[in-house]
Amino acid sequence: MSTPILRLVAQRIALGILLLLAVSVLIFAGTQILPGDVAQAILGQSATPEALANLREQLGLNDPAWLRYVHWLGGILHGDFGTAQSSGLDIASSIRVRLKNTLFLAACAAIVAVPLAIVLGLIAVRYRNGFVDKLISGLALASTSFPEFFIGYVLIFVFAVHWQIFPSISTVDETTPFLERLQAVVLPATALTLVVLAHMMRMTRAAILNVMQSAYIETAELKGLKPFDIIRKHAFPNAIAPVVNVVMLNLAYLIVGVVVVEVIFVYPGMGQYLVDHVAKRDVPVVQAVGLIFAAVYISLNIVADIAAILANPRLRHPK
Amino acid sequence: MQNELDHLVGLAGKGRISRRDFLGRAAALGASAALATTLAGKAFAATPVKGGLLRAGLQGGESTNSLDPALNLSQVTYSFCKQWGEFLVRLTPDNKLVNLIAEEIGASKDAKTWTIKVRDGIEFHNGKTVGAEDVAATIERHADEKSKSGALGILKNIKGVKASGKEVIVSLGDADADFPYLMADYHLVIQPNGGKDNPNAGISAGPYKVTVNQPGVKHGGERFANYWRGDKAGHADQIEIVVINDATARLAALQGGQVHMINRVEPKVVDLVKRIPGVSIENASGKGYYPFNMFCDTAPFDSADLRMALKLAMDRDEMLEKILRGYGSVGNDFPINEAYPLFTALEQRKFDPEKAAALYKKSGHSGSILLRTSDVAFPGAVDAAQLYQQSAAKAGIKIEIKREPGDGYWSEVWNKQPFSLSYWGGRATQDQMYATGYVSTADWNDTRFKNPAFDKMLYAARGELDQDKRKAIYHDMATLMRDEGGLIVPFFNQFIDAAASNKIDGFVKSPIGEMMDGYALAECWLKA
Repeated sequence: MSTPILRLVAQRIALGILLLLAVSVLIFAGTQILPGDVAQAILGQSATPEALANLREQLGLNDPAWLRYVHWLGGILHGDFGTAQSSGLDIASSIRVRLKNTLFLAACAAIVAVPLAIVLGLIAVRYRNGFVDKLISGLALASTSFPEFFIGYVLIFVFAVHWQIFPSISTVDETTPFLERLQAVVLPATALTLVVLAHMMRMTRAAILNVMQSAYIETAELKGLKPFDIIRKHAFPNAIAPVVNVVMLNLAYLIVGVVVVEVIFVYPGMGQYLVDHVAKRDVPVVQAVGLIFAAVYISLNIVADIAAILANPRLRHPK
Repeated sequence: MQNELDHLVGLAGKGRISRRDFLGRAAALGASAALATTLAGKAFAATPVKGGLLRAGLQGGESTNSLDPALNLSQVTYSFCKQWGEFLVRLTPDNKLVNLIAEEIGASKDAKTWTIKVRDGIEFHNGKTVGAEDVAATIERHADEKSKSGALGILKNIKGVKASGKEVIVSLGDADADFPYLMADYHLVIQPNGGKDNPNAGISAGPYKVTVNQPGVKHGGERFANYWRGDKAGHADQIEIVVINDATARLAALQGGQVHMINRVEPKVVDLVKRIPGVSIENASGKGYYPFNMFCDTAPFDSADLRMALKLAMDRDEMLEKILRGYGSVGNDFPINEAYPLFTALEQRKFDPEKAAALYKKSGHSGSILLRTSDVAFPGAVDAAQLYQQSAAKAGIKIEIKREPGDGYWSEVWNKQPFSLSYWGGRATQDQMYATGYVSTADWNDTRFKNPAFDKMLYAARGELDQDKRKAIYHDMATLMRDEGGLIVPFFNQFIDAAASNKIDGFVKSPIGEMMDGYALAECWLKA
């Protein structure tokens, strides 16, 4: 690998870290302007003024905002996310379990969705504008157009209530054996697959079709290559950059945007964990989760960028 | 015939005859089929089956929950603490106070000093025996000024607690005839040394030991072998609460057989759920109510005529039918209903647009009246405000609705704005309810009802040990509140739970709280 590429990659990563720092400031500012305060939210409608004052004191809410931010950032640099203000549990260890669950579900959905979407995209291009293309596009668009909770409910109704072959509750914990875990995530992973499928499939189709207009494809056709070989060997490699981009966006979505599916299938992932703590104004947890989500987004985008750079022969072989 | 039937019921209770034989022999004795079935239901319900894993899917759990009973707030912690925790006393479904760890609670003549005798031979999960010191420390922890306990408000009157031998002596600042009822509060789980050493330990003397504690996901327990009343509770070997906050998912889990009972069935689907085979709806009238609060000291609500006009402009029956689909009971503009001890009914206030119009005119107010609402107040609160707007229009009163954001509703709107919708969960006794929300000095006097005569009656009733006299005072207070207060109560709600009646038995509806006042897992059992 040549120096310009290394420099480009290093630049991307440095930018990403800078961006992450800026995001942390934004997250912090955002949590500060929420109405109400943590103590009120923890104790709810039944809060007595005495209990409120005691809790505020104990949580250190009387310190100025910037001081709390500095303390928190310093802790994170030492790998310490602090303790949740509401439940008193260690944030890092709570997040570890939840993040593992989230990554597992996202991975299961991605392993099915990404290859499926790309293969369907390729098939759609091969039979473009024909019946197969329209069928694939129609089904994929329909599954994406339904809201996630609707797809979830339909899956539950058919597979959990009617046939009773998969559980409707996907509660897993650290002691759950791998196969049971796999069985538990079948329905939520299916729902997620249906949700993200169309976006990637359509993008693959569009990107390849774009390339198919090029002169060298015509040459390949004139050489007498089979249509599918043309797509696989000549068109797809040149369409990788936009496809990787959209795949990464969807992967990021699978990790940070699945709270609705988590709630419906009672899956203990990061989304529900974040929402609970936002409701309770638990600033340290919200910031920690927000930061992790931002890190996921930024690093997946970096991966997409790097892939695009590497897939570009002009950057790979500079003159 | 009655004697023979009783004998049969007795046999069934001991498990000596089968249900089929029971029905046959009851018929032979001349009992009607309906009577025989009812009797069989009671007789066989009385024989719990031990064993198995009983699971509940509950709404109201967050990953922010903790095991410290002082912080109990939402439904899951409320139910779970009744499985692992043991209390001094509890309220039964028929509103009687029953002693648990307390063997006896007695008052001095002035109702200012209370003595709690602690029962012998009750064991904590850690093997220690429950002693008077533990009880005293528990009360002390929750009553401490620095405590975060949700029970602090009701325990403020406690001036001193001390253990002496097997007794705990509690001295109060003011006389309080209801003191034993306060001890049934669901925060007051008796813990070793009051939980002062480790409030999150989850150790008490309840029927189940905590085995799983994953806040917001699930909680589990296994039967505590040395539970002191193992014949009454702790039938399943293991219990589990799965947190399912989504209403549809909860119902699907019950239908799919993954849980045996669920809470919070939405009124709009109750009729559909009733049609599901093997599922029963368990609804009980509770103490919770959904009020429209007017500030009695803020214009235009400082006019008694206007307040009465607004009360008469409420069509309670329509409200109950449309918002709660009939799963509730109409309110009467005071916060007490038949779920409270010492309740007396008053004449029901009816929708009367003509009288409301006349009083409205008399009040001299003109222009629209601003009503604030949000779905956070209670499910359907926005619809309720709109219904009220329509019924008030029939009396010529113009209501303007402002929909407030849910975030911060409890801190910015409720108890701050002069006319808004709210929710109250009810309290153990009438005294507590009035003292928390309607006495002049209460922090949460969310109708700014400041009536010296009312306050005086409240304190008189509190120190009165003669129950008939207290009942009479509460009757007068209710009348005063209904006619002069700033409170409009369209309806009281119901707890609507559902159970897999083909798989479990022993469910007893309770007006005290949902899921049999939280005891459903401990006291139901899996059918053999």
